[in-house]
Amino acid sequence: MPPSIQALTHTYFRHNKRFPHVWCPGCGNGIVMGALLRAITRLELEKDEIVLASGIGCSGRMPTYLDFNTLHTTHGRALTFATGIKLANPALNVVAIMGDGDATAIGGNHLIHAARRNLNLTAIIINNSIYGMTGGQYSPTTPFGSTTTTSVYGHIEHAFSIAELAVTAGASFVARSTVYHAALADQLIEQAMMKPGFAVVEIISNCHVQYGRRNKIGNAVEMLTAFKEQAVTVKKAATMEQKELQGKVTIGVLADRDLPVSTDEYKKIRERARAAQEES
Amino acid sequence: MSEEIHARRLLQGNEAIVQGALAARCRFFAGYPITPASEIAEQLSVRLPAVNGTFIQMEDEIASIGAVIGASLAGGKAMTATSGPGFSLMQENLGFACAAEVPCVIVNVMRGGPSTGLPTSPAQGDVQMARWGTHGDHSIIVLAVSSVLDSFIMTVRAFNLAEKYRVPVIILSDEVVAHTRESVELPLKSEVKVVDRIAPGMPPDWYKPYQEDARGVPPMAAFGDGYRHHVTGLVHDQDGFPTQNPQEVEKFHQRLSMKITKGLPDIQLTRKFHMDDAELFVVAYGSVARSAMRAVEEARMAGIRAGLVQLITLFPFPRRTLTPYLQQCHSVLVPELNLGQISREVQRVNQGQCTVVKQNRVDGRLITPQEIYNRLVKLSSGRLS
Repeated sequence: MPPSIQALTHTYFRHNKRFPHVWCPGCGNGIVMGALLRAITRLELEKDEIVLASGIGCSGRMPTYLDFNTLHTTHGRALTFATGIKLANPALNVVAIMGDGDATAIGGNHLIHAARRNLNLTAIIINNSIYGMTGGQYSPTTPFGSTTTTSVYGHIEHAFSIAELAVTAGASFVARSTVYHAALADQLIEQAMMKPGFAVVEIISNCHVQYGRRNKIGNAVEMLTAFKEQAVTVKKAATMEQKELQGKVTIGVLADRDLPVSTDEYKKIRERARAAQEES
Repeated sequence: MSEEIHARRLLQGNEAIVQGALAARCRFFAGYPITPASEIAEQLSVRLPAVNGTFIQMEDEIASIGAVIGASLAGGKAMTATSGPGFSLMQENLGFACAAEVPCVIVNVMRGGPSTGLPTSPAQGDVQMARWGTHGDHSIIVLAVSSVLDSFIMTVRAFNLAEKYRVPVIILSDEVVAHTRESVELPLKSEVKVVDRIAPGMPPDWYKPYQEDARGVPPMAAFGDGYRHHVTGLVHDQDGFPTQNPQEVEKFHQRLSMKITKGLPDIQLTRKFHMDDAELFVVAYGSVARSAMRAVEEARMAGIRAGLVQLITLFPFPRRTLTPYLQQCHSVLVPELNLGQISREVQRVNQGQCTVVKQNRVDGRLITPQEIYNRLVKLSSGRLS
């Protein structure tokens, strides 16, 4: 039995924080936050050993509410701060929470290099295909042809596939879920936090206020229903033709590989440096 | 155990910064290659892992200072080093360090600018950027180094100030100071005073990370120490949570400014030469201060009552040090490797009492002692009794 929402709230919400939160009713961010908390509960991690670092945007507010070591950084830079934290204290379990614009536009360079570098970090990217907080402008994951406040005549750029990008950039673990598939999201986050090396979980989410409404997909329920219909498991996707996969979202684990983890490799560097100094 | 002995060593400015950082117990460096600062990264990549520290080369300067701030939040003393173009990229997160009160040290080895400029020539064009580069009203500490020994001493000092006041401290060096090799005798480990940030002493439940106290600088808990708290670049209340309450917003700004103002006597460092009876004086910093020192000595030999105030702290600008001399002297000469960035400050604090004369060079070459001497002779002529 997963812990009740009430139990999660009582255990992990900050009692000295003024609520309500900033998210709109029906926002997928809450589902992702719940998934993260359920994963942490199952892993039996201490609050003191967890650092939750975010960037800017709606997703950036998540750390504010939770009783961990929390950090709300600058736009796109969550992974850079997380890198410094992890290297300075490798005992900490560092999770970066980002949005699609945050992680792949302004922070795109940091994302691919964090994946290549392969520190023992977890990145959760909430992908709602839009800049929600600033009023619904197109992001790197906005689908071709969509309407946004900066593409009222139709969006003419192509969308990034965040998870595929992370696979190519070299992350040890890459997975994708949607906010409809909340139980899968729990599992994937748990696996990501356990995985040595850089782990990315992309969670497709709904911004019905800025995206769904404008693109006639509808409200939160209708957007979640759409995710249900679009989702195809990795296993099933492998049996499908490229043409059949158009407009589908592959969910599950896209990459799980054992690569040297630079947080561990650096221990060897320290030994080599000490040996070299003793020799001289 | 080997006994420490004073020894003379041939070092360049960038090497002295490395030695100073290690002496100050810096244990984290993140940076990106750039001329003329790269030696700092190269040497720390060798030295830091041997002392259980960490070196990392990041994908750009934005990431470098991000990692530095992260490391500092996790309890380590951290620094980065760059030059003009990289320093431009760091401005965003520099503001974060100011707002969230994260101690760190940023070395900017200045070269010619703007843009890619003159990568291998000295300049002092980043002085006002160091003060005002990041957006929004903020207090900041900027130190300028003029020699190899200074590079060591002021790097230690920069860490100490950063830890004491919970601010980013910027060290401005320049291509000449960075690459000049000098024979220096560095202080022994036992002679170096190292300041560490104050950790909270109260139980975690009582800890308010940004609470105002008499010192104005709240104790700082490291992530993982049991004092779970929130750190943000948003304007925050004493618990660290975002606020738009006008009273709390006002308080946030005032404390960040006041904590520096309260520390002025400790923060504002200058050196004075022949100032007691000076009739005219030079205000200089960085490599130019050394040309100025020689020029002043020669002017004295020629019977001119010249003096020098060398600025080590550029910001907060040491107004109180200069005011009496601006009243005492008829002229002040401000030689700089830019078109007049500190002369602006001198003019600002002068209030018309003294003639402020600029002397600028922006051709990638140094201002020589002879050039400064000639200007001193000109300024004193007609005024000698």
